[in-house]
Amino acid sequence: MPQNYVPIFIFIAVVAILIPLTLGIAKLVRPEKPEKAKLMPYECGVDPIGDSRQRYTVRFYIVAILFVIFDVETIFLFPWAVLYKALAWFGFIEMMIFLTILIVGYVWVWKKGALEWI
Amino acid sequence: MIQAVDYIRVLPEIVLTLFGVAIMMVEGALPPRASRKPLGWLAFVGTLAALAATVYQAGYPGMAFFGMVRVDSFSIFFHFLIAFIAALVVLSSFEYLDAQQIRGGEYYGLILFGAVGMVLMSSAVELVLIFIALEISSISTYVLAGFRRRAPSSIESSIKYFLLGSFATAFFLYGVALIFGATGSTRIYMIAETIQGGKHSAMVFTAVALMFVGIGFKIAAAPFHVWTPDVYEGAPAPVVGLMSTAPKAAAFAVLLRIFFAAATPGWFWPVWISAALSMTLGNISALVQDNVKRLLAYSSIAHAGYLLVAFAAARDIGISAAMFYTAAYALMNVGAFAVVSHFASAGERYVTLEDYAGLGRRSPVLAATLTIFLLSLIGIPITGGFFAKFYVFSAALKSNLVWLVIIAVVNSAIAAYYYLRIIVLMYMRDAREPAPTVQNVSAPLGVALALTVAATIYLGVLPGRVLDYASRGAALLVR
Repeated sequence: MPQNYVPIFIFIAVVAILIPLTLGIAKLVRPEKPEKAKLMPYECGVDPIGDSRQRYTVRFYIVAILFVIFDVETIFLFPWAVLYKALAWFGFIEMMIFLTILIVGYVWVWKKGALEWI
Repeated sequence: MIQAVDYIRVLPEIVLTLFGVAIMMVEGALPPRASRKPLGWLAFVGTLAALAATVYQAGYPGMAFFGMVRVDSFSIFFHFLIAFIAALVVLSSFEYLDAQQIRGGEYYGLILFGAVGMVLMSSAVELVLIFIALEISSISTYVLAGFRRRAPSSIESSIKYFLLGSFATAFFLYGVALIFGATGSTRIYMIAETIQGGKHSAMVFTAVALMFVGIGFKIAAAPFHVWTPDVYEGAPAPVVGLMSTAPKAAAFAVLLRIFFAAATPGWFWPVWISAALSMTLGNISALVQDNVKRLLAYSSIAHAGYLLVAFAAARDIGISAAMFYTAAYALMNVGAFAVVSHFASAGERYVTLEDYAGLGRRSPVLAATLTIFLLSLIGIPITGGFFAKFYVFSAALKSNLVWLVIIAVVNSAIAAYYYLRIIVLMYMRDAREPAPTVQNVSAPLGVALALTVAATIYLGVLPGRVLDYASRGAALLVR
C-alpha cells in the first residue's frame, strides 16, 4: 500500500528541513573564535601518533569470526528468555540442544588450538 | 504442538548431524599425527544409518514441524539417493586423502553436514527452511572444495565457489522475499492455493525468475554455469563427485517443488531457453577440453540441460523422468569421479586426457569401469544413462516439445564424441613415456566402484522399480 509510506516521506522531509535549519541558526548566533587548542583531541588525553589505518596481525580474524558466532547465539537466547514461561520444558530442552551444538563447536575450536595466541 | 512422529520425519537429518558432531569431537581428541581412517569409517556408518533411517521414515509419511517438513515418496526418493551418494563418496575418499596427504577428520564431518543440508532441502516445504538447508549444504561444500590446502587451484576453486555461491543464494532469498510479499506465505502448499486462486501479479513472475537464478547456479545450468569448470578443476576429485551430484539432486528437488507443488507461473520459457543453452554450451565447450575434470564439468552442465528438458515437459511424466535422470546421472558421475580421483595420484598429477592413453592395457579393470560410466553418460543401452535420456526425451515429445528434443538429440550426438575420445585414448593409444603409474585399487574404493557399476547397470536393465517409485513421488507433487 503506497499510502503506508506517507509517514516515511514526511519524516524525510522534516529531517531535510530541520538539520540545515538548526545548523544554520547555530552558525549565525554563536561567537566564532578559532584557536589551535580547539582542534586537539581532548578527554582521552593522549596525542595520536601516526595514522590509525595501520597494519595489525591477521590472527584477529579468527577472534572476530568466533565473536560473531557466539554473538549470534545470544540473539537466539533473547526470545527464549522473553517467552521462558510460555515455552516451559519444551523450550528449555530445545535451547539446551542448541547450546550443546554450539558448545561442541567451541570445544572443537579449543582442541584445534585456534584460541592459542602463537 | 510437536509430536514424537515429527522427529521421525527428520530422522535422517538427526542421524547425520549426530554422526557429524561425533566426528568433530573425536577429531579434536585424536592426537595430531594419528590416522584419520577411523573417522572415515564413522562417517560411513553414519551414512548407512541415514539410509536405514530413510527406510524407517518411509512408513511415516506426512507433514511435520507446523507444516515445514513433508515426508512423502518424493522426499524419500531424494533422501535415499543423497545418503547413498554420501556413502559412496566417503568410501572413495579413504585412498584419495592418503595419496594427497590430507589430514583432517573435518573432511568427513563436512560431508555429513553437507548431506544434512541436501536431505533437508528435499523434504522442506517452507521456503525459509529451504534457504537454510541450501546454506548448510553450500557452506560445507565451499569448505570441502578448498581441502587441498597446498594447491593454489584448490584455494581458487573454494573462493570462486564461495563468492559466486553466496551471490546466487542472495538471488534466491530475494525471490523468497518477493513471493512472500505477493502471496503472504512462505509455505509451498499455501503459496499454491493463493496462486491458483487469483491472477498472477508481476511480483510473482519476478520472484520465480529470481529463485530460478539462485537454484540455476546450484545446478550449473547455463547461463549461470561459468563457475563450474574452474571450481571442479581445483576441488579434490571425490568432492567434485559429491558436489556435482548430491547438491544438484537436492536443488532439482527444490526446483520441482517450487515449479510444480507451488504451481508458480511463468517459468516455462526461461527453463526452455536455459535447457537449450546448457546442453549446447556444455557439450561444445567440452569438445576442446584436455583436462578430464574440466571435461566432466562441462559434461555436467550439459546434463543439467537434459534434466531441464524434463522440467519443460508435461507434468507427471516429466517429473518422474527428471527424478530418474537425477538418480542415473548421480550414480554414473560419482563413479566417474571416483575413477578420476584414484588415477590422479599424489598432488592430482594425472588429470589430462594424455595421461589416460594406454590405460586399457595397464589396468584393464579400472579402464573397463570408467568405460561403463562414460557409455552411461553418452546414453548407450543397458546402462542407466540410456533409460534416463529415453524417459526425458519421450516425456518431452509427448508434450510436443519437438524443437527442444531435436536440440537435445543433436547434443547427445556431439557429446558422444568427447566421451568416446577418452575410451579411444584408453584402448587404442600407447601410453606416453614415462607412463603414469597406477596404484592398486584399495578395498573401500573397489566396493564403491562395484556399487556404482552395479547400480548403473541395474538402472539400465531393470529401470521399472525406480521409475515406479519416482512416478509415485511425481503424482504426489502435482496432485
